[in-house]
Amino acid sequence: MPNVVYAKPKGMTDATTHYCPGCTHGIIHGLVAECLDDFGVLENTVGVAPVGCAVLAYNYFNCDMQEAAHGRAPAVATGIKRSLPDRTVFTYQGDGDLAAIGTGEVVHAAARGENITVIFVNNGIYGMTGGQMAPTTLLGEVTTTTPYGRSVEKNGYPINVCEMISTLEGAAYVSRVSVHDIKNIRKAKNAISDAFRTQIEKKGFSLVEVLSTCPTNWGYTPTEALTWLKDNMIPHYPLATFKSPWGVK
Amino acid sequence: MAKVLMKGNEALGEAAIKAGARYYFGYPITPQNEVTAYMSKRLPEVGGVFLQAESEVSAINMVYGAGGAGARVLITSSSPGISLMQEGISYIVGAEIPAVIVNVMRGGPGLGSIQSSQSDYFQATRGGGNGDYNMVVLAPESIQEMADIMQDAFDIADQYRNPVMIMADGMLGQMMEPVDLDKPKKEKKDLPPKTWATTGTAHHKGRNIINSLYLSPDALEKHNMDLKKKYDDMAKTQVRYEMYNCDDAEIIAVAYGTTARIVKNTIAMAAKKGIKMGLIRPISLWPFPQEPFDLTADKTLSYLSVEMSTGQMVEDVRLAVNGRKPVDFYGRTGGMIPEPKDILAHVENMMGGVCNA
Amino acid sequence: MAARGKVVFDSERCKGCELCVNVCPVHIIELSKELNSKGYNYSQIKNGSDDKCIACGFCGMTCPDFVIKVEKL
Repeated sequence: MPNVVYAKPKGMTDATTHYCPGCTHGIIHGLVAECLDDFGVLENTVGVAPVGCAVLAYNYFNCDMQEAAHGRAPAVATGIKRSLPDRTVFTYQGDGDLAAIGTGEVVHAAARGENITVIFVNNGIYGMTGGQMAPTTLLGEVTTTTPYGRSVEKNGYPINVCEMISTLEGAAYVSRVSVHDIKNIRKAKNAISDAFRTQIEKKGFSLVEVLSTCPTNWGYTPTEALTWLKDNMIPHYPLATFKSPWGVK
Repeated sequence: MAKVLMKGNEALGEAAIKAGARYYFGYPITPQNEVTAYMSKRLPEVGGVFLQAESEVSAINMVYGAGGAGARVLITSSSPGISLMQEGISYIVGAEIPAVIVNVMRGGPGLGSIQSSQSDYFQATRGGGNGDYNMVVLAPESIQEMADIMQDAFDIADQYRNPVMIMADGMLGQMMEPVDLDKPKKEKKDLPPKTWATTGTAHHKGRNIINSLYLSPDALEKHNMDLKKKYDDMAKTQVRYEMYNCDDAEIIAVAYGTTARIVKNTIAMAAKKGIKMGLIRPISLWPFPQEPFDLTADKTLSYLSVEMSTGQMVEDVRLAVNGRKPVDFYGRTGGMIPEPKDILAHVENMMGGVCNA
Repeated sequence: MAARGKVVFDSERCKGCELCVNVCPVHIIELSKELNSKGYNYSQIKNGSDDKCIACGFCGMTCPDFVIKVEKL
């Protein structure tokens, strides 16, 4: 009997994704899907898709899904979880969805200690709409709406979501991870797993920020983009577990 | 069952609970704050869930989530808050989620005032959010009627998988009237089960998706045509109206909600002056009732739309009358309430001068 | 030396991003010269290198498109 080391998780449908070649969305989808499978909750899960590159996530996660308006996923998830408290409910959001239009919804879901899991995909740019500045775009970064590079005077500072959400007592598990190499993919899976465990054990609101690449809009090959992430994003967005029901090292 | 004296805002909440609503997501806004206070106390008593959201934007999206997961959900707000909900309402329609939305109208535009108005008629009946869509819009004139239509509202929403809007105004929300909340009303037996709800794949066949995005134009056109079939059916079957004293009325007023009650008083005053005045009271603002106009256009001399606005329903009156008789308008706005003596003076003017008693 | 692992590629899913090519510790993955029906050069095991797979699973883990299944023999 062959010992399967890696295969497509049951939590993913058979659909091929529309994501660009080398986009780390696919990796992150897979980690979420594996966790739902590992916990045996896939058939009692409802996911909430964002507006952004992952808008079609309802075609990819192999569970019931709701498509939310831009930024509203944590509110939609709240409605689902409050009416079906024994289901596992997660949102999957990008940096525009969560850190621009959706700041109100995610902050209040965290403040309420809503027992949901938020997967926050941070690639520092707006992918779907063609590469505009995001709230998490780095200073100096060139985007289609910051052609001279993001400047403090014009556009202010990028937002560190995990640090901000961690100040809220209702946030039980907050962690920032990356997927730029195998070691970090493994750590990312552990964080996502701990986030879902937080929900399943009813310990409160969980959020995992996953640093990701956007090869197309950054203008790099997929492999170059992983290096750019490691060299440029991690210094500004440190990888850490900020809060955890099981203690933070 | 005995009648109780109740404030409109509280009665509508209790009526929703009696209709089976167990979820309420809301946000404080005058003049409907008694609803949030009442539901926060009552829902836990019946095993339901009350949640005060951080904004109306968030609240309507909670309705989307819970409604999409199969729950019977009520949400209430007032004019500026309903503006905030327009995005959510458009999504709720596009994703075919049932819900009941109550607008306790106040003066506008913008922040406006906290007094009664009827200036959200366009917003309610002409969409408000983006896209081609309609909702059944019901306008009760009394707290009893509000309680009676609440059960229907939830049933209509479930039957069509479409939100239903109830238009109240600050007066209806704040006034206290005797109301019998136990008038026997049972949930429609032939409501389709919610096999489409996102309850998890263990609980239904296949995978359920609640969504309003259709990237391919022919798919979206088909979706819109399917939605239109629902609206066409609603237009045929959900019309409600009252005809009051129209039989040989020389002039027929058209009014809804509390304004209709003021017009009924005006009709009594007019009768004393020998003026035969009647009232067509739309109870469904959408679909707007065509029939009472067809029944009266030949016999009456003219119509007068009376609203707490600068003239919104009057456009539907003109469409319904279709040029057969003149249509005039009388309105107060900004929270000012029309008075019977002023409406009567306007009627007398329309009739060519003051009538002698 | 007998192969420790067996790798199967669902080539039609591949978008030729080369993440697997660069992550493989024993450097046995390459892009083919052929195109799949999407028009991408798809990844495959280099000719003659099948027995070098160590079944680490890194290629599968890093692939965003679930192209690769890895089995330990």
